[in-house]
Amino acid sequence: MSAAAEDRSTNRDWAAIAQKVGTPFASVLLAILIGSLIMWISGYDPIAAYSALFQGSFGTPKAFGDTLLKSTPLILAGLGLAYGFRANLFNIGAEGQLFMGGLAAGWLGLVLAGQPWYVALPLLLLAAMLAGAAWAFIPAILKARIGAHEVITTMMFTYIARYLVSYLVIGPLKSPGQIPQTGLLPVEAQLPRIQSLFSDATLQAMPFLKMGRAHMGILVALVAAVIVWWVLKYTTLGYENRAVGYNPWAAETGGISVQWTTVKALCISGSLAGLAGAVEVMGVHHRLFDQFSSGFGFTGIAVALLAKNHPIAVIPAALLFGALSAGAGTMQLMADVPQKIILIVQALVIFFVAAEGIVTYFIKQRQKEATSNVG
Amino acid sequence: MPLLELREITKVFPGVLANDRVSMRLERGEIVALLGENGAGKSTLMNVVYGLLTADGGEVLVDDAPVKIKSPRHAIDLGIGMVHQHFMLVEPLTVTENIVLGREPGRFGIIDFATARERVREISERYGLKVDPDAKIVDLSVGMQQRVEILKALYQGARVLILDEPTAVLTPQEVTELFKVVRSLVDEGLSAVFITHKLEEVVAIADRILVMRDGKVVGETTPSATDEIGLARMMVGRDVVLRIEKGASTCGDTVLAVEDVHVDDDRGLEAVKGITFSVCGGEILAIAGVDGNGQRELVESIVGLRRPKGGRIELKGKDITHANARASIEAGVSHIPEDRHRRGLVLEFDIAENIILGDHRTPPVAKNGIMHPKAITEVARKRIADYDIRTPSERVHAENLSGGNQQKVVVAREIGRNPELLVAAQPTRGLDVGAIEFVHKQIIRERDAGKAVLLVSLELEEVLSLADRILVIYEGRIVKEFAVADADAETLGYFMTGGGGSKIDKGAVPSVPETSATGGDE
Repeated sequence: MSAAAEDRSTNRDWAAIAQKVGTPFASVLLAILIGSLIMWISGYDPIAAYSALFQGSFGTPKAFGDTLLKSTPLILAGLGLAYGFRANLFNIGAEGQLFMGGLAAGWLGLVLAGQPWYVALPLLLLAAMLAGAAWAFIPAILKARIGAHEVITTMMFTYIARYLVSYLVIGPLKSPGQIPQTGLLPVEAQLPRIQSLFSDATLQAMPFLKMGRAHMGILVALVAAVIVWWVLKYTTLGYENRAVGYNPWAAETGGISVQWTTVKALCISGSLAGLAGAVEVMGVHHRLFDQFSSGFGFTGIAVALLAKNHPIAVIPAALLFGALSAGAGTMQLMADVPQKIILIVQALVIFFVAAEGIVTYFIKQRQKEATSNVG
Repeated sequence: MPLLELREITKVFPGVLANDRVSMRLERGEIVALLGENGAGKSTLMNVVYGLLTADGGEVLVDDAPVKIKSPRHAIDLGIGMVHQHFMLVEPLTVTENIVLGREPGRFGIIDFATARERVREISERYGLKVDPDAKIVDLSVGMQQRVEILKALYQGARVLILDEPTAVLTPQEVTELFKVVRSLVDEGLSAVFITHKLEEVVAIADRILVMRDGKVVGETTPSATDEIGLARMMVGRDVVLRIEKGASTCGDTVLAVEDVHVDDDRGLEAVKGITFSVCGGEILAIAGVDGNGQRELVESIVGLRRPKGGRIELKGKDITHANARASIEAGVSHIPEDRHRRGLVLEFDIAENIILGDHRTPPVAKNGIMHPKAITEVARKRIADYDIRTPSERVHAENLSGGNQQKVVVAREIGRNPELLVAAQPTRGLDVGAIEFVHKQIIRERDAGKAVLLVSLELEEVLSLADRILVIYEGRIVKEFAVADADAETLGYFMTGGGGSKIDKGAVPSVPETSATGGDE
């Protein structure tokens, strides 16, 4: 059997890689195609719409900056989801941890007023991670100890987090004035805009740096992606995370504590979601209010799905979703296509990615049957 | 006139020639055994006949008429029934409901259960396959479930019965029972194809034997014209040692001491009811028993996967009663689990990742939580070479390996760790002759290196071939101890099924004093 079997296994590996990369691309393409069909049926010009969409997301440095702005929390939330998925945990409540991260940053930033940026920024980010992790910790313990499903518990905790933030910005943390929000963060506690780091002369010479509202949170997100990739690939922590995700029984036999790994995975997932909340507060709004996240924690699920839970692939996946929401406004302005159409395209991407998961699941089942029958 | 004839069937999977111009004939009232190692192409061939796969070449003839079998439904219409290795039964439904499923009597979508039950009873009486038509599948033993599968094929009008590895899941007693059933069916005019890789079964049941290797038929013979050694040579293509020669054991210090251990199963019922024994270095102690008599719980309590509720377990004098799996590994216990797909391997991991599982925290593989890819590759390559794992690279995923190579990965990991105690639970389950020989040799090598080995097996042949000392487990208690020289399959089987007690115990010897096995003797 040897030679033939070798061929088979290497062929399969290549096929697996092609499938891994190919299917998300196909999903996106299909979504765009069907999206145009819907536009065409509804009486809009899909070509004009998509070119406006592209214009509004990548066409100018400022547009690209908007895409980066929207992508930043998506990368972090997507990473959190992906890390959880790798341990076979569905942290559907990332939005809640994101709110707690935003709360921690928005509150501590005011407390630390007067501190230099190199003290304030790391402390705020750290605090947000801890807050996100803490918010995931109780569902994690419930999962590890009594098997309470994390989909239910983290979701419940999302409601608690959102109402807690609402209460705080209306009550104890409210700044003077009519609007329910906290006070503005001191400049030292804000993540600076990218273009603000360069002199006018430099910006003149290199206009592509004029990226509008894009802020240094993107750097945080990119570094986080590399770290998560490294952790998963090169540390015992990541190895155990993956082992438990694939086969908890074999992991347990190998001396890995499934419960403890579950707790760690959900807390790390939560800390990344918390970081997503922090960059939104520190980089975009510079204060906390109850609508500061437009569902980044939930879109993060789609990002992780599209990226097949690969931390580096999370970056382009988040960019895609970021671009879709950044360009939607321009599309409405220029091509007179309602912004909501973009939600349909987003939904289609998610649909096809999910459908692909279902399809590959069945292919796998059949392959398993076939191989077990090659007796 | 043959009932079923295959002419030059060829089936290609990507990169594999699974069937290479295979021809066979099946006459009325005949049992043909299809013998071959895992991956020889036996099941592929039968899946072609049953309409699950389409052949790339050749033809199938039923009653001398060429047919293209498009689906299992079509095969059933032609009178071909198949009993799969993994049963295809709906567990919450009753025997009758399962048997008539897809061909329910009745009209307008309303099932006539009275008629259904009547027909099931009729068939089961005609062929002497007794089963309660109203029992739920979940409540039946594996042997009974298989009987339901056979009844289902008969209900559907099968004239040819294909049995795919039917004995893999059965106890010795159930195997004997199955053979009787198949023999009586054939006497009634049916024909059967018996797929297996177990030599003794072929000799016991077949009228004619077809041996397959690498997708080809390499020989045809009859039980009277050959023996197990000859069959093994045909099947593997070289001489195979069925029963490995080993020297006398030299019992060193006590390595494992188990004292009055009580363990609950998953449902909270006591599965191990006070077991005491010890294993010394340089000895293989086998625990023989029918599946489900507490072996799993006992093994899991020793390797740290299950907490005993009473008693004491010591490894080289150190208390490991409440050690978890990690502490147990670190104390020097290795474990070849009974189910390599569930407990033994992470199938989605590659060989290298699998082969360091359990060693993944300690140098050279990892230091301070950071893993060293180079060291991992080195360890993996060394173990692949030492344990003859057939693979192009250590990066091949475990799910793409054959069963034998998968088990070698587990063996390489567990023995490669150089343990004090090796706990091997059904280490050759589902393996073919060549791989069994390999695993057995490795286990004996461990013993000869002065390590303690605890073997738990359902295969009497394996127990008798490997063990220095045998304990028989029955309903959570050790009911008998043998020195291997005093044991034979018949006697073991007798005690395994609850014989013994005060009855005649032929061939049994008194317990060896220094390693006394006291179970709750009835």
